[in-house]
Amino acid sequence: MKKSARSWRLVLLVAAALAIAALVLAVAGCGGQTADAVAPAVPGDPSLTPVPMSADTILGAGASFPAPLYMKWGSDYNGGAGVKLNYQSIGSGGGISAIEAKTVDFGASDAPLAQAELDANGLAQFPMVVGGVVLVVNLDGVADGQLKLTPDLVAGIYTGKITTWDDPAIAKENAGVKLPSTKINVVHRSDGSGTTWIFTHYLTDAAGSIWAAGADKEIAWPVGVGGKGNEGVAASVQQLSGSIGYVEYAFAKQTGMTTAQLQNKDGQWVKPSIASFNAAAANADWKGSLPSMYMVLVNQPGAETWPITGASFILVQKDQADASRAKTTLTFFDWGYTSGADGATALDYVAIPANVYKLVEKQVWPTITVSGTPVWP
Amino acid sequence: MTRSLRLGDPVFRVLATACGLAVAVAMFGLAGVLVYNSWPAISGLGTSVLTTVAWSPVDHQYGALAALAGTFLSTLLAMVIAVPLALVIALLLVELVHPAVARVVGTAIEMLAAIPSIIFGMVGIFVIVPFIQDKLVPWLLTTPLGGLPGIKPGPQFQGGGVSIFTAGVVLAFMVLPYITAVSRDVLKMVPQVTKEAGYGMGSTTWEVMHKISLRYANSGIVGAVFIGLGRALGETMAVAFLIGSLFTSLPRSLFDPGTSIASLIALTFSEATDKIQVSALIELGLILFLITVVLQIIAQAWLRRVQRSTGGRA
Repeated sequence: MKKSARSWRLVLLVAAALAIAALVLAVAGCGGQTADAVAPAVPGDPSLTPVPMSADTILGAGASFPAPLYMKWGSDYNGGAGVKLNYQSIGSGGGISAIEAKTVDFGASDAPLAQAELDANGLAQFPMVVGGVVLVVNLDGVADGQLKLTPDLVAGIYTGKITTWDDPAIAKENAGVKLPSTKINVVHRSDGSGTTWIFTHYLTDAAGSIWAAGADKEIAWPVGVGGKGNEGVAASVQQLSGSIGYVEYAFAKQTGMTTAQLQNKDGQWVKPSIASFNAAAANADWKGSLPSMYMVLVNQPGAETWPITGASFILVQKDQADASRAKTTLTFFDWGYTSGADGATALDYVAIPANVYKLVEKQVWPTITVSGTPVWP
Repeated sequence: MTRSLRLGDPVFRVLATACGLAVAVAMFGLAGVLVYNSWPAISGLGTSVLTTVAWSPVDHQYGALAALAGTFLSTLLAMVIAVPLALVIALLLVELVHPAVARVVGTAIEMLAAIPSIIFGMVGIFVIVPFIQDKLVPWLLTTPLGGLPGIKPGPQFQGGGVSIFTAGVVLAFMVLPYITAVSRDVLKMVPQVTKEAGYGMGSTTWEVMHKISLRYANSGIVGAVFIGLGRALGETMAVAFLIGSLFTSLPRSLFDPGTSIASLIALTFSEATDKIQVSALIELGLILFLITVVLQIIAQAWLRRVQRSTGGRA
């Protein structure tokens, strides 16, 4: 009796030790994942959300700006080819980490990566879609497209040098528009965003003598209040008369906000439109951007060009392991280039012009290989 | 006695020990992970994260003093509003109103706790922001209060609508149900005979509430306050919507925009590509973690002192 009790205790002890070890391991495992979740590597780690890894599912992760379009393309394409797209809209930072860690077939970023960073991770980069950023205002008696702003005026407002709407500098360009004497209320994005990246590059490029705060996804703003996302900026602008903010074109159009005209590099006044973004993309010197395709589309030449335009980029590994997966991915993007324009226009995005995507397919895609053999065509 | 019955106790002890250990491992693991990932910022940026206000990814400067100040101010304001209000409501529900009314009001307050924080953010931006901007601040500036330092919003800002004050007010409503519900439950546990003894001595209702109920329940109430404090410190979405997200300057007024640690992390993390920035954001997470731990320790120590002074009852 006594002996059996002791042996039971031994068994229990061993069981307890095993249980604790298992728990500790499980927790350590979770800890490891938390570590990753904190580092940007994991936002895109698909191991957290198991997805079927079959060859007919393309995995992508990254920028949120083009996400609605990629998802629409995914479902449109699915109808024709039986290939599914699983795109996780986790932000450009997460998308870049995910493609660097090779946990996805492609990453998406609103800002292009520099050549050095592409080389460090063996990545190829190409533009997939173009979008415009527009200035929206809330001014009594000023209609959509009526207000005219030069780059110097925009920079003056966003540095706090121009503080009221009846400033002579604004009035000079806006003869016939009745501008109130109200204070200019400046609104910018508070979250890190590709929209801010494009807008601040525009200010740096087009009004560099006035704008000194630099260009990035978030910057130290000299003046103004922050709104979270396009909707946050729009809410702030709409709540206070005299406000000015910048949002994505699609958002401004769908919510019917009052946009301003801008003077472009050729000195022409332009209103934001799909055609004016298209002009910016078509007139840019993409050949000169090879091989990285690092291209900032702001302030491009052309009479019809909208000056605050930006491209959203795709990142893929140059050295692919599986030829059929790589081919499936590129075939999907080829379909997006050649047949996705209508889908893009329907959502107020701009497809990449033909001269640009032909360049991509001829110059960039051949660098994507499986043990030295190009995957495309 | 069968064998299985004798097994129950040791098995349970092992399981309980393992679960207890798992909590400790998770907690220390989390701290370790935060330290590990924030090390590039801690060693590369030094104390500048804590002592400067220059938050500028363009220049690779990540000073988060504004976020620390905003977190402190908005949380303080929330607690100043919510704690007295919650205590009054809890006393009202337990001591003063008809039980049927108490049930209805109590349920309503508990439902307030179930509302997702994004809803508070949206109600805040569409209702409270315009109210504060168009009504409260202009009115406040006509009163003598308007002349006090820290009230008049900076001329460069949008008239106090999105501000630390707004974030604090909405935070107060978010923590109110937690503090109220816990305080109410604690006050309910004050023995009826103790209160009746007070009335028997000729005490008024106020004296019984103040000298018997509140004193009897004080440790539970402190616990309730700390639950609310923890929520207010870490609240992200609603604050991100309402605080104005000004990362680069210290607020001169309660009605100036600012930022908080949690909202700064939430707003900038997903698009952060600069490795040092990611690390600095994780360091901010570590700081928030440490603040919570220190608050817990203070709360525990305070509770122990209160218990001693009230003769060991908690």
